[in-house]
Amino acid sequence: MSTDAVRIGAEPGKVARTVILGAVGLVFAVPILAMIEFTFRAGLGGGYTLDHWAALVDPEQNTKYRQLFTAIGNSLVLAVVTVAIVLVILLPTMILVQLQFPRLRRPLEFICIVPITVPAIVLVVGLAPVYGVVVRIFGSSAWTLAFAYGITVLPYAYRSIQANLSAVDVITLSEAARSLGANWLNVLWLVLLPNLRRGILAASLISVAVVLGEYTIASLLNRANLQTALVQVSKSDPYVAVIFALLALGLVLVLLLLISRIGSTRPGRKRT
Amino acid sequence: MTDPIHAHPTIEAAQPGATVELISVVKDYAGQRALSGVSLSIRPGEFVALLGPSGCGKTTVLRCLSGLEQVNGGSILIDGNDVVDVPVNRRDIGMVFQSYSLFPHMTAFENVEFGLRMRKVASGERRRRAAETLDLVGLSSLASRYAHQLSGGQQQRVALARALVTRPRVLLLDEPLSALDAKVRLQLRDEIRRIQTELGITTLFVTHDQEEALAVADRVAVMRDGNIEQIGTPEELYLNPTTPFVADFVGLSNRLPAHQAGGVVTVLGRELALLGERQPDGPVFALVRPEDVALASDGVPATVLASSFLGSVRRTQVRVSEDLILSIQHEVGERPQPGDRVHITLKGRPVSASPRV
Repeated sequence: MSTDAVRIGAEPGKVARTVILGAVGLVFAVPILAMIEFTFRAGLGGGYTLDHWAALVDPEQNTKYRQLFTAIGNSLVLAVVTVAIVLVILLPTMILVQLQFPRLRRPLEFICIVPITVPAIVLVVGLAPVYGVVVRIFGSSAWTLAFAYGITVLPYAYRSIQANLSAVDVITLSEAARSLGANWLNVLWLVLLPNLRRGILAASLISVAVVLGEYTIASLLNRANLQTALVQVSKSDPYVAVIFALLALGLVLVLLLLISRIGSTRPGRKRT
Repeated sequence: MTDPIHAHPTIEAAQPGATVELISVVKDYAGQRALSGVSLSIRPGEFVALLGPSGCGKTTVLRCLSGLEQVNGGSILIDGNDVVDVPVNRRDIGMVFQSYSLFPHMTAFENVEFGLRMRKVASGERRRRAAETLDLVGLSSLASRYAHQLSGGQQQRVALARALVTRPRVLLLDEPLSALDAKVRLQLRDEIRRIQTELGITTLFVTHDQEEALAVADRVAVMRDGNIEQIGTPEELYLNPTTPFVADFVGLSNRLPAHQAGGVVTVLGRELALLGERQPDGPVFALVRPEDVALASDGVPATVLASSFLGSVRRTQVRVSEDLILSIQHEVGERPQPGDRVHITLKGRPVSASPRV
């Protein structure tokens, strides 16, 4: 555990830290503040108004934004299905490899990291004919995009889970549980998953963040998600597009904060 | 505190320990033979230690017995029933591991309860037995702590309670003390023996520490290269090793160049009886215990190199010749100083011998 003792020379001084943080913060803050300011503009003539924000909740304007809300719904469904793919396929595979097939760890890691090296646009070229088949089996609903997203989030999800998996002695824990009479289902449910909670949550939240920010694949495969809809709307109503971009940004920020919170709490602390 | 029920915590009606029998157990790891036909029989309630250098197969024996490893040949009988095909979770064994193995997300109490939960014991009964077993290992007061809030010794105590709470037929201990510091190790070692005696549970204890094995076990099996080299009481192993390996591995031994003929070993000018395996006549190494050598007024001249105080005895290193250094154990009262010229003599007890190559 880290101590709060000051180590002289080990880290930048208070002034240097403030300057660095300030400069970096400014780089991020300026465009965001500009976006916020933009959403309150009345028009090219100048002046400020709340109309653009109010329009979002105005029932009369509802039809205008329907497309956007549908897209948001699509994106949320995609996020859920993608997370489900990660939890149902990747997680058990990783646990199984860790416990029973340690030799397959390297190959699995390699396979899971590959998607990060392939640009989305290249991925789509390969995915297009695959989706010809997918459409025939599952139809062309937006959620089928999750199959592709399940692959693009692999590197992030793998890293988060593996970090947790290596920090816990899953082999000894499961052997101990087995020797106490637990079957494999109990080992997984009562012993392994609670100890992999942090990795699982981090993987899920990162997956959600990636899915909400995805544009290329959805756009090139002609599916509507949050990002494609934003681009669409921005062509007719730039204010609303920026408002939604801000909201999406806020949501991802909240997710990231959650991840770091989960990462810093130790298991078991909750009840002491 | 003075409540008589709590003063003598017992696990009620602990079933008398089981008989354990390993018959010609063979185990291969990726083509490498780890166990080449190990046979071992443990009486009900007996405490047997498996002792040997690392890689000798002692942990493999324990894992085969627990069911964590599948055997490639032979049979394993618990109370006469072959358990080779019984999965680990149905073998009814208790196990304590070398590394800390408490479930980190559960309190000490919940850890102890776990085995009972798996056996679907009703919650009232479960809580009572968990509390009782925690009491047995002296940790009632720390029941609500998590593993990371316990010291290493406390964690291993909880692990012991967790293994015992289901009243298993056999208790398997896989070097449970090796991660602990010396003082705690001694304490817990004695406590394990006390609890084992109290419960009468058949116990197999794996260790590479010969002192630990000799101190705690009814019988010790010394293993080497996937075989049991000798099994006997600690006294038998120490005083009557049947092979040079056992003589060398159990206790400290000086290796002195000697000559063996017809069961008589001639070493440092004395003729001693040969223990154990008969070697072909000719040059051998005699394995002489430090306590079988004494400082004397006359005998073989030697120079003192170092002397260390070990509490109840003193051990002194002396140089007899250019390439012969000897360890002697003697009374604390004698205080040889480095550089002193002394004489040493053998006390005349029988010695083991190993071939000189």
